[in-house]
Amino acid sequence: MSIEVRNVSKRFGSFQALDDVSLDVDSGSLTALLGPSGSGKSTLLRIIAGLEQPDSGEIRLAGEDATVVAPQKRGVGFVFQHYAAFKHMTVRDNVAFGLKIRKQPKAAIKARVDELLGLVQLQGFGHRYPAQLSGGQRQRMALARALAPEPKVLLLDEPFGALDARVRAELRTWLRKLHDETHTTTVFVTHDQEEAMEVADSVVVMNEGRVEQVAGPRELYDAPANEFVMRFVGEAISFDGDLIRPHDLEITLDAEHGAREAQIERIVHLGFEARCELTLDDGEQIAVQMTRTRVAELELEPGQIVLVRRPGVRIGRELPNVLG
Amino acid sequence: MRRYGLRGVAVFYLVAVLLGPLAMVFYRAFERGLHPLWSSLTDPNTIHAFKLTLEITALAVPVNTVFGIVCALAIVRQRFPGAGIVNAIVDLPLALSPVVVGLMLFLLYGRTGWFGSWLQGHGITVLFATPSMVIATIFVSLPFVAREVVPTLRELGDEQEQAAHTLGASGWQTFRRVTLPSIRWAVVYGVVLTTARCLGEYGAVAVVSGHIEGKTETATLRVQDYYENFNQAGSYGIAIVLAAISVIVLLAMTLLRPKEEIA
Repeated sequence: MSIEVRNVSKRFGSFQALDDVSLDVDSGSLTALLGPSGSGKSTLLRIIAGLEQPDSGEIRLAGEDATVVAPQKRGVGFVFQHYAAFKHMTVRDNVAFGLKIRKQPKAAIKARVDELLGLVQLQGFGHRYPAQLSGGQRQRMALARALAPEPKVLLLDEPFGALDARVRAELRTWLRKLHDETHTTTVFVTHDQEEAMEVADSVVVMNEGRVEQVAGPRELYDAPANEFVMRFVGEAISFDGDLIRPHDLEITLDAEHGAREAQIERIVHLGFEARCELTLDDGEQIAVQMTRTRVAELELEPGQIVLVRRPGVRIGRELPNVLG
Repeated sequence: MRRYGLRGVAVFYLVAVLLGPLAMVFYRAFERGLHPLWSSLTDPNTIHAFKLTLEITALAVPVNTVFGIVCALAIVRQRFPGAGIVNAIVDLPLALSPVVVGLMLFLLYGRTGWFGSWLQGHGITVLFATPSMVIATIFVSLPFVAREVVPTLRELGDEQEQAAHTLGASGWQTFRRVTLPSIRWAVVYGVVLTTARCLGEYGAVAVVSGHIEGKTETATLRVQDYYENFNQAGSYGIAIVLAAISVIVLLAMTLLRPKEEIA
């Protein structure tokens, strides 16, 4: 089911959460709403779900105006950051909730719940209470619960935000796989650019209640629409008045045209890659990202004077010289 | 050492203020043997007084339970101007002396009162009859359920309710399947407190009932009646029965409540 957001604004007191936001989410896509806290991404998701009402603007689901449709009737599944598990119900009853509300026959409910518990790998946990599950298990239960009534849209609000790094990574992969199997239109909110890039087909970057850019992960990184996107998605440094990526710079030892002198302050090893922290001839501090092989080749060491240059100019299409 | 000191103070206070007088009541009731106690308790007017107290309680408790839950939901879940004022007004009966409550009702429902004259014209008697006693009891026992439920609802948050909505549950279904089970122990505790308050109500009822023996006399008024007529065994006997009912209600709640609520 496609989602269209048309000129939606929302204000909480004196805080403008959303400012004339328009967005199209294709049917069957997997979209991330990415932005810092307070950027309006969660509010937008909650408005799509019907949990908040926009002050102005329109929400269209599958081409039909759903702005004033109750959340019960929108056919959306919603997953909350803090699980929102029904604490007084067993895992099985949690998952069955939406089906019982729809008064489906008992045998059908049982079969569907078994299927979903299998899907989220919680077979054998059906009779436990949410308090007896780990965070990751609780969130998988919440996912199964949201999926049970076969929603046409799955909305997830920072679904992995409360989990530790390893479980996060696991669930990300799992969500991607789930989407590839079911093709349910999915929108998830995250403030983690890596998570957005890894999981989503399409990333919507939001800032201060507005959409800054909508693009695929690769385009977003290679062709950020503006300085905010450039800085928010991946690292950015300024060099000769331009905003560039740390690996857009190259360290050489041969004198070349356009190269600038710099002293190595520190070399940080990050596994396959290494980051050289440098002080330029004008006293400015920058970091250059390179492979460890290259560091070894050049026999780089702290204190050494090297040359820094830009092999190719790679900067946002619309704003070729952001800082200039 | 300080721990024991604190404990000592707490225990001493409870014994001096609560248990001591209670023990005294028991002692006095049985002082002259069972016979005078039994005959006072089986007196038709006493039995009528107990029946009346139970009737009033049976009306006031459900009314205040429903009202208390509705009120708590409104205060916590609805964003409306004046929610704070409503919250404060719910506490009013705790701040007002029951005698003042009785007097207010007297002025409202008396022959020349705002409602009284109109009701009189339609042949409805409120004052010096059961209706005024029920109203007075409802008034004084009003805050307890709301007071218990409000903090529980706040702590609960509304995410579970929102989750239920997105899963297709209507407002009523969400309340019945999600909200109510989550606040049930707060409701039960509120009901116990309300019941105890209803059984023990004296001041407001004393003003509006007219205190007519065998007609508008509740158990607490009966205690006063016996006491003023130097029937100590009788007055203490009724006091014991009232105390026993409260203790049974409390015990029932404690036993019903699971040892460790699943959080």
